[in-house]
Amino acid sequence: MLEQIIFSILCILSFGFAAKRFLFISRNINLGVDWTPDSTPSEKWKNVIFIAFGQKKMFTKWLPAILHLFIYIAFIFTQIELIEILIDGITGSHRVFLPILGSFYLLIINFIEVLSLLALIGTFVFLARRNLLKIPRFQSVELNGWPALDALIILLAEIVLVSFIFMMNSADVALHQESYQFILSGFLVPLLQDFDTNTLHLLERVGWWGHIIVVFGFIVYLSYSKHLHIIFAFINTYYANTKPRGKIENMPAIMDEVKSLLGISEASNGTDQLPDFGSNDVFNLSWKNILDAYTCTECGRCTEVCPANMTGKKLSPRKIMMDIRDRADEVGKKLDSGDVAFCQDKNMPLSPTNFSDGMSLFSQISPEEIHACTTCNACVEACPVLINPLEPIIKMRRYEILTLSSGPGDWVPLFNSLENNQAAWSMSAERSAWTADMND
Amino acid sequence: MSIQVPVYSTLYNQGISPEILFWVGCAGSFDARAQRVTKAFCTILNKIEVSFAILGEEERCTGDPARRAGNEFLFQMLALQNIQTLNHYGIKKIVTACPHCFNTLKNEYPELGGNYEVIHHTSFLNGLIADGKLKLQGGGSFIGKKITYHDSCYLGRINGIYEAPREILEALDADLVELKRCKSNGLCCGAGGAQMWKEDEPGSGRINQARATEIISSGADIVAANCPFCITMLQDGLSSDPTEKNIMVLDLSELIVQQL
Repeated sequence: MLEQIIFSILCILSFGFAAKRFLFISRNINLGVDWTPDSTPSEKWKNVIFIAFGQKKMFTKWLPAILHLFIYIAFIFTQIELIEILIDGITGSHRVFLPILGSFYLLIINFIEVLSLLALIGTFVFLARRNLLKIPRFQSVELNGWPALDALIILLAEIVLVSFIFMMNSADVALHQESYQFILSGFLVPLLQDFDTNTLHLLERVGWWGHIIVVFGFIVYLSYSKHLHIIFAFINTYYANTKPRGKIENMPAIMDEVKSLLGISEASNGTDQLPDFGSNDVFNLSWKNILDAYTCTECGRCTEVCPANMTGKKLSPRKIMMDIRDRADEVGKKLDSGDVAFCQDKNMPLSPTNFSDGMSLFSQISPEEIHACTTCNACVEACPVLINPLEPIIKMRRYEILTLSSGPGDWVPLFNSLENNQAAWSMSAERSAWTADMND
Repeated sequence: MSIQVPVYSTLYNQGISPEILFWVGCAGSFDARAQRVTKAFCTILNKIEVSFAILGEEERCTGDPARRAGNEFLFQMLALQNIQTLNHYGIKKIVTACPHCFNTLKNEYPELGGNYEVIHHTSFLNGLIADGKLKLQGGGSFIGKKITYHDSCYLGRINGIYEAPREILEALDADLVELKRCKSNGLCCGAGGAQMWKEDEPGSGRINQARATEIISSGADIVAANCPFCITMLQDGLSSDPTEKNIMVLDLSELIVQQL
């Protein structure tokens, strides 16, 4: 009975805390401006099925894709066992599905055991890739500190989790030789042959509790970690844009302004005060940009293929996404603090529209980074979960040029010649001068 | 054969509406190297006797570099004026030799009120070869040499055109060797996003030199390209490499023109 009470309390606490965190993140995402994806429902579901569920883009790199697949499938099938653990934990039953499912249950558990072993192998290889082989994309500066620790914690937790599963199952096999035919755990039984029944029961309990405590911990930990992608990958691929990749988001306010300037349309009778253009904070990114940031797994496939990054420039698309996420978290925390110091207008209550902490995206992202982008879309192509790091880069360039009237000095002659000569270069010759010597 | 390059307004005033508008672009108009591509393409257009014209002085930059630099105001100024011109002439079909112009005309102008069939000259030429309208005579200085193909970002990864250029090379009987990074994994030349007009940000190297190194290691004698900016960047990158052995960067139309 005591076990059931403790279990139920832990269950409520972990799920309750996770729910609170998800509300926090969801609010942070919604700090972004409204945005509607242009994809049709069938395109949306196609992306979810192939890209998220089917992990299609992972397979541009076979080895990590297969190892990741082991962990992913093991995770999905372990949910069956977790449902059972939840029921057992609350009702005090033991392997409640066994009498119901019979030999099919044995098949499921055996399958989960095989997957768990494969996941364990994957985990060890991943640890080696990060810490021994030192794959370059896992060594970038933006991973120093928490991101590297986060990756380590989750891999170690996976080892602990699988160890507890095998401890629980092998003790159960040793106790119930005739009915629990778990093949892989069976191999561990000889290690337990010297233990008496009480010790085996204790081992089974330690395995069971250890397993579920790691799971409860994971539920809480998830929202602080890049492992949020296990949920957000599905949401993000659902909302991903399917418009032509080369189409940069239009700015209707400027289009209308220019149309009236050119006399194409009636002058807009709106206010003379033009809004800030582009993005310098989460408030003027789209909510999808922020969702992208929270979805990021920090795998670095974007940064690995970025031509600016590979030639030593400071730009790293992964860092851009991480900085946006960290800024959204920071703004969220400050809003929740209710601290009047963050009010823009001290006489009004703190709110997303009345917020100023003297910081912005530019506090973390330097102009040097956004200026290095060639808009080559390699990062967009590389992302396994359809994050678009290019969009915020363009939006920050827009903020610089349109709102701050700054930007690279080299672009001033470009803009001048575009404005005065309608050409990218200022030439004294006419545009069609080349036709003169066509037949030379 | 005298090569004609008619201007749209002249034909329009004579009541003639050419089948295609050849969008020359800033590079194709002003850059000495890109002008050679423009001329090669016009030579092909004359050869197949397709009715075409250029906008001449009425053509403006599409606005690609302005938009990508973040100067949306300038982009809109250029784009909306171009659209006024194009719509005035009732233009339906545009062919261009620049993937940046191609992308902006095709993907960005519709939302501003400019709807045209836009074709990159790579696809256009490949179509002509496939239809038998453009007959290749074989030969050319590139025969017997190894040719590699550089996927420009704006034609390849951004607009998904990977096969048309390779089909052209096959039709030309070129000895194609692929670069290590090709197709959707192609490496940028470093010019896009208005980088063409600015110095590199501080770093350990230049993108065009990184790409040049890959080209040299492929063992190719000629690089086929499809973008005036790539051609400039790659040739510069190759020239700066001391191990380089006179590798030529040529537009696909410059290869085709050798087999007319």
